[in-house]
Amino acid sequence: MKTAAEQASSKCPVTAGTPAVQAKARDVVLQVRDLAVDIRTHRGTVRAVNSVRFEARAGETLALLGESGCGKSMTAKALAGIMDPVCDLADGQILLNGTDLAALSPKERLKFAGPGLGIVFQDALTALNPVYTVGTQLGEAFRIHRGLNAKQARLEAIDLMKRVGIPEPESRVNSYPHQFSGGMRQRILIAMAVALNPRLLIADEPTTALDVTVQAQIMQLLRTLREEGQMAVILITHDLAVVAEEADSVAVMYAGNVVESGPVSEVFADPRHPYTKGLLESVPVHLERGAQLKSIPGSPPELHHIPAGCVYQSRCPLVQDICRAERPALRAVDNSPTRTAACHFSEEITNA
Amino acid sequence: MLIYLRKRIVSSALPLVVVIVGVFALARMTGNPASLYLPLNATQQMRDDFSARNGLDQPLLVQMAEYFGGVFRLDFGHSLRTGQDAAAMAFRAFPATLQLATTTMVLAVLLGLVVGCWAALKPNGIADRISSFVSMAAASIPDFWLAIVGIWVFAITLGWLPTSGVSGAGSWVLPIATLLLRPFGVLVQIVRGSMVSALSEPYIKLARSRGAGELRVVTHHALRNAAAPALTVAGDLTVGLVNGAVVVETIFGWPGIGKLMIDSILQRDFAVLQAAVLLTAVAIFALNILIDMGYALLDARVRPITVKA
Repeated sequence: MKTAAEQASSKCPVTAGTPAVQAKARDVVLQVRDLAVDIRTHRGTVRAVNSVRFEARAGETLALLGESGCGKSMTAKALAGIMDPVCDLADGQILLNGTDLAALSPKERLKFAGPGLGIVFQDALTALNPVYTVGTQLGEAFRIHRGLNAKQARLEAIDLMKRVGIPEPESRVNSYPHQFSGGMRQRILIAMAVALNPRLLIADEPTTALDVTVQAQIMQLLRTLREEGQMAVILITHDLAVVAEEADSVAVMYAGNVVESGPVSEVFADPRHPYTKGLLESVPVHLERGAQLKSIPGSPPELHHIPAGCVYQSRCPLVQDICRAERPALRAVDNSPTRTAACHFSEEITNA
Repeated sequence: MLIYLRKRIVSSALPLVVVIVGVFALARMTGNPASLYLPLNATQQMRDDFSARNGLDQPLLVQMAEYFGGVFRLDFGHSLRTGQDAAAMAFRAFPATLQLATTTMVLAVLLGLVVGCWAALKPNGIADRISSFVSMAAASIPDFWLAIVGIWVFAITLGWLPTSGVSGAGSWVLPIATLLLRPFGVLVQIVRGSMVSALSEPYIKLARSRGAGELRVVTHHALRNAAAPALTVAGDLTVGLVNGAVVVETIFGWPGIGKLMIDSILQRDFAVLQAAVLLTAVAIFALNILIDMGYALLDARVRPITVKA
């Protein structure tokens, strides 16, 4: 279902990603340092996220890119403080405007959940509580953090629904999640995440469950809200095209590690990690009909059997003895202040 | 809602007819009342007179037709035993059972919710293990055995509580404890299971990401979602209490409908038995309608009439 409001919002001018915006020095909202997450399993503890480092800046989108199971969502949940009970934050700092969330008690951390950062999930139907009206759920943040009563919270909810382009918010506020279309539900989820104007918005594959036209509308909405609130956005995705279109910078993850990061334009034009290069080469361009699609042979290592050296060694075309012996650290490449890669041979990888 | 209610009441009518016929037929399989109420050396003439006086000499179908006619006039006939109006006897006994069942279920639901939620907070934690053991034991202990042991320990040995009858608050303890155990044990397990699955839903994570604390997450977000299975089982357990009431009321001499039914069966007091069973059946149907309305109240997705928003 495509409504007038959805069509209207899709006409908004897009300002993100232009060189003028990128040139401005933005405030760092979030700094993640050496984040590590362990999962307790029956077969022992495994490290799902390992020494992850990145920064997110106000008004910019950072893409966390990687295939399924690489630790993207786990990182997002660790940032938002909503990890599964079997997961532990093993190491690292999560600095949100200078406050280390990782060092806070769960109770202190709740104060940041909402006003500090908001999160949007992939599947909006299961992310909304089926037994409460969307108005109740949208208003909850205001009741918890601002102590508003039910009536005031309802007004705030209507306001939020207007902001994300839901038609007839005055009556729809009393509807239940199952009475909305998929795109509308995703808008509600986004509205919930931005309710208290957080500094950081984490969007965990926000459009994966939606069809393509609605996907574009949702991405547009996220851009508009980012500009309005000067939020830092972390966009989690496995879609290279989405990264190219939406993100200012990118952190590529593989087997729980960030293997390369930097501005999207630079990383995509000149990858400095064999995994990033392999991913980019697997995108079909100028292909003949019937020609073989390129792919990276093999599959990511199982978390129980992460090798001692480089995490990518089993699939890497450039693998040497040093790669099996020593895990390369994430380090600056080309003396660039913005680009890093975790490969012993970063300098030797060219896009040729 | 009213249309829905009317539909439900109409659709309950057929099963009720089956209940009426079933009880009528089964009661008559217990034997001829004449051999019970007349002296052993009664002549055939006396037996025939007794049957004629109580309408038992008519063909079964005629008896049934008369009985049906009576049901619609709320006339269930008279007790063979006491000569009183059968419906009046059933209605007099009903409140005692209703009080017992209501108190039991209120306690079972409250305790079941609290203990079940407590266990679900940390699956396989220490609280979960304790409550799992206790609830399993509670759900498995036979009620008649517990009743007798209870009387032995608390009434006879310790002398704290009366052995039977209704006399003050003390007399409620043993019957309720006996009836409570199984519903409590079953409810703890149901609540625990549905809370564990509700608490692992994405909407719970999202509620936490909005700053909802543990108490709010459990009582506001998870519990309402976990309530439907508990409601189903609680309804079923309430119906099961009728069975329990027969046992418990007999053991503790509680003047309720369960005891009335047992006495009527033993005395071949057909009119009273039929009235008591029908009254119980109507109460169970009413309970089921209430439970269905409870679902609708809890969850908009199962409301019979969707209000256009």
